[in-house]
Amino acid sequence: MSTWETILTIIGLGAITVITRSFFLFPDKEVPIPAWLREGLRYAPLAAMAAVVVPELLITQGELIHTWRDARVFGALAGALYFWWRRGMLGTIVVGTAVMLALRFVLGW
Amino acid sequence: MTSPSNGSARPSAAPLPTWRHPAFRRGLVEMLEIAPGLAAWGLVAGVAMAKSGLGVPMALFMSLVVFAGSAQLASLPLIAAGAPIWVVWATALCINLRFVVFSTQWRPYFGHLPRRLRLVLGYFTADLNYVVFMRRFPEPKPGPDQLPYFWGGVACNWVSWQVPSIAGIVLADQIPTEWGLAFAGTMALVALMGTMLGSFSTWVAAGVAGAAAVAAYALPLRLNIVIAIAAAVAMGVMLEHLQPRKTPGGAR
Repeated sequence: MSTWETILTIIGLGAITVITRSFFLFPDKEVPIPAWLREGLRYAPLAAMAAVVVPELLITQGELIHTWRDARVFGALAGALYFWWRRGMLGTIVVGTAVMLALRFVLGW
Repeated sequence: MTSPSNGSARPSAAPLPTWRHPAFRRGLVEMLEIAPGLAAWGLVAGVAMAKSGLGVPMALFMSLVVFAGSAQLASLPLIAAGAPIWVVWATALCINLRFVVFSTQWRPYFGHLPRRLRLVLGYFTADLNYVVFMRRFPEPKPGPDQLPYFWGGVACNWVSWQVPSIAGIVLADQIPTEWGLAFAGTMALVALMGTMLGSFSTWVAAGVAGAAAVAAYALPLRLNIVIAIAAAVAMGVMLEHLQPRKTPGGAR
């Protein structure tokens, strides 16, 4: 890609950010969405996060992990336990990442 | 977590500038809790941009204009490989589809505002703003504290994304990948999910989404995320019908 093509691509990507994030904010009149769908859409953000997190923890190079000795899984478990215990964001991040790094560097998982 | 309260009615004296409104501060502080995970992610994205061969000026330009981490990360290898521009755009569009879903839910809060403002607000509605805002204002109707709260969250979100991202771009060669930075970002998501998991139906929806995302992982353009959302929403609709008037517990 030439510099100008790259600039055009990046500007287009910025436009896509605005278009997708403001999609149903753009029309002046409310777009009717049936009540049942509106209720269901409440689950969308949680679903989006689970859809990012679970493969991130369980998939290595395009395949489901074959061993339970995986630093990521135990790191995430430790983080989740901490969250269940204390409900703190920062603590969850620190504990989970620390356990993951410890398993990776000490046990070589 | 703080309990949801909808708009502590302020006496309508002289209007405060947005950044001095108490809700601005609250929005900022509540975003600050998640900021470390976001910052770790920003750093990863910055390093990836610099190492993709984009060059420092273009990487800075991309970070400041696009402001959508996962779309940026997905389009980098395509740009590096010299893919046609429309392919890059189509990929980013697919990855950002979740924002189209989210925008239906911003509508009740922002729909009454002028269109130009709606578009500006829309640009800044990143994932974490969405999650934090909906937790604070579960009732889908406009309120006086919402805009200042939103801007407080945006201020924190923007800074804690852009500063590490720019640092990552500039310092790419000094940051080893073994620091587990990407994992810190994942852990932030785990904690966020924790705040939203409550009722039985939320656990089921999360389980369905996770399983669907793994099962459909082989699809291109990270379409597995879209499939997972669709599956979880369908499951959510079914559960709502089985046990009427139960809304997602933790998020309420």
